[in-house]
Amino acid sequence: MAAQNQNDKKTTSSEEVFSKNTPSSMNTSPIDLGQIEVLQILNEHGEVDKGLEPDLSNEVLLDTYRAMVLGRAFDSRMMTMQRQGRMGTFAPNFGQEACIIGQVTSLTKNDWFAPSYRSFGAQIMRGWPLEHLMRLWAGFHDGFPPPKNVNDLPFSIVIGSHVLPAVGIGMGMNYKKKKDCVVVNYGDGASSQGAVSEALNFAAVYKAPVVFICENNGWAISTPTKKQRANQTFAAHGIAHGIPCIRVDGNDILAMMCATKEATDRARNGDGPTLIEAITYRMSLHTTADDPTVYRDEDEVKVWEARCPIKRFETFLTNKGLLDDDAIKETLESCEEEVIAARDKFYAMDPADPTEIFDHLYESVPKELQAQREEYLRRLREKGIDL
Amino acid sequence: MSERIIEFRDALCEAMSEEMRDDQKVFLLGEEVAQYNGAYKISKGMLDEFGPRRVIDTPISESGFSGMAIGAAMRGLRPIVEFMSWSFSLVAADPILNNAAKMLYMSGGQFGCPIVFRGNDGAGGQLGSTHSWCVESLYANVPGLKMAIPYDAYDAKGMLKTAIRDDNPVFFLESERLLSTTGHVPQEDYTVPFGQAFVRRQGTDCTLISFGRPLHFCFEAAEELAKEGIDCEIIDGRTIRPLDIDTMVKSVKKTNACVVVDQSWSFASIGSEVASQIHRYCFDDLDNFVHRVHSDDVPTPYASNLEQAYLPNTRKICEAVRSATYNT
Repeated sequence: MAAQNQNDKKTTSSEEVFSKNTPSSMNTSPIDLGQIEVLQILNEHGEVDKGLEPDLSNEVLLDTYRAMVLGRAFDSRMMTMQRQGRMGTFAPNFGQEACIIGQVTSLTKNDWFAPSYRSFGAQIMRGWPLEHLMRLWAGFHDGFPPPKNVNDLPFSIVIGSHVLPAVGIGMGMNYKKKKDCVVVNYGDGASSQGAVSEALNFAAVYKAPVVFICENNGWAISTPTKKQRANQTFAAHGIAHGIPCIRVDGNDILAMMCATKEATDRARNGDGPTLIEAITYRMSLHTTADDPTVYRDEDEVKVWEARCPIKRFETFLTNKGLLDDDAIKETLESCEEEVIAARDKFYAMDPADPTEIFDHLYESVPKELQAQREEYLRRLREKGIDL
Repeated sequence: MSERIIEFRDALCEAMSEEMRDDQKVFLLGEEVAQYNGAYKISKGMLDEFGPRRVIDTPISESGFSGMAIGAAMRGLRPIVEFMSWSFSLVAADPILNNAAKMLYMSGGQFGCPIVFRGNDGAGGQLGSTHSWCVESLYANVPGLKMAIPYDAYDAKGMLKTAIRDDNPVFFLESERLLSTTGHVPQEDYTVPFGQAFVRRQGTDCTLISFGRPLHFCFEAAEELAKEGIDCEIIDGRTIRPLDIDTMVKSVKKTNACVVVDQSWSFASIGSEVASQIHRYCFDDLDNFVHRVHSDDVPTPYASNLEQAYLPNTRKICEAVRSATYNT
């Protein structure tokens, strides 16, 4: 009896299941989620919806524009360097610049960002030096960890496996009563992973300050979105988990910035997670190991060419009097110069210490590992590798 | 009759296609296997021949499609599950280890899991540490499963056919680095039985035991060592579960020296298991302790040169053989 009394104040899991309004006959028709509306502020012609236009300073607008152009210039140079054999396998972001950069514009240094392998545009904005990213993709050991002052996770190649840790970081922020938040992105393909569902559920139940961005770029390597889900949207996953959700034109930088801003504000205010489905398109290859011409209709690519995120933002900024043809040309040239300068810096950097692969496995190097390290070093030396 | 030479990957494709023609219960599922012909083009042409009912593109959901395939196997179908990489099987660890490997046992012998999980295993392709797993030591620890690692095109076809016809779950580990190698593969139906190691090179001075891709480096090392007058015998273990220890023991009793070459990490590994058994059965025959060559005890480096230095390579094997035979 004592135990029962102690339980009096506890809630039970079934208390709200049977309401007084239980219908007399069972409603057996399924709920139709229907179409979730897509937020668009800037259409593909660069025309702005005046009622929705955000109040952003000219400086912010131009900085964001340059970040997009820089992202594309970096992408293009990396593709060249990969084809020259100077980079490992590389995942281009061509055509997704608004989607990726719009995710991080409302983040501060204290917030966290959990990128996927296609997120370098955002990584650059978060403070990754270009030459650092080049070292990453070229296979230098010191290139992979995020720079010291940047709160980003290293990315995983196992699809979707970074989403639960991102929620854990958010739960840690709640625990420490911080007003910070986490942005995590994953693709349409990753949404099929069980771990992503688990992450959405945990974030919802624990009101974790996490913004989930599902980058729906149409393709998981060769698998189109229609083979990855039966309902009409990826945003609907939010409804199932009790997470407010929205669909956004991912090629519209203003819509991406507004949606993410609102979501990060909600997170900071203790209102829990938000799911944003950003609709964009993978204009280029899955990675440099892929050839989409064997499975994808080129006409589809042409449709999306017309929806270019940079072009429409240029038109908008030109109409606002912030850009003209000369300024567009200058921005492009200065971004290309910045990438070339980074490339030259990358070439001139000291080669990495090949024994670095034995570092950081434990807080201090165990003696068995130290012995292996010395063996490894000896073999490299004998092979004539310059250390 | 002239020898028919085909690629390792085509040998795998032939094994699956022939078994699917013979048995309607066999089907293939996995990421990119249908429309894309497989991420490594192993299932090339199979969608065209068998259609989308039997060659199934799945969403990226290793845990999901492995679990579903196990259910299908429990109900009498014979699925072949392709992991684009065994590295990705880690998110499916629960279904493949807890369900597939234990189902026959837990159902008191009522229904088992005639299923093949196959895909690329091992490093060497510059794919980074999370994508370069050698899972053999990790998974071979689990009772209830079989594990096969083919080295050449002939074995690829013969062993995969055996795997598909086996009534137990088979973990079939292919190496991306070997897919383009070529070899003689008969047109007619044949199988390579499990649990029969293969002496790939006769020798008198030292027994080299390995599985899969590291055998390639064993051959290189044997050539190098032959110039120094050290004659190696090379044993391809072929399957890890079951393990043909008898063939290995017979060889070590002849050579009195043994080096095990295993691409997984050394701690609690295939290498340590084989070495332990050789020590037990050849205690009085060994002139030296069994030497072991493994990957270094760190996550796989991404840089090509560092990755090659990290893996069991010719140089490491030569040094181990010289040491085991007191030729240092």
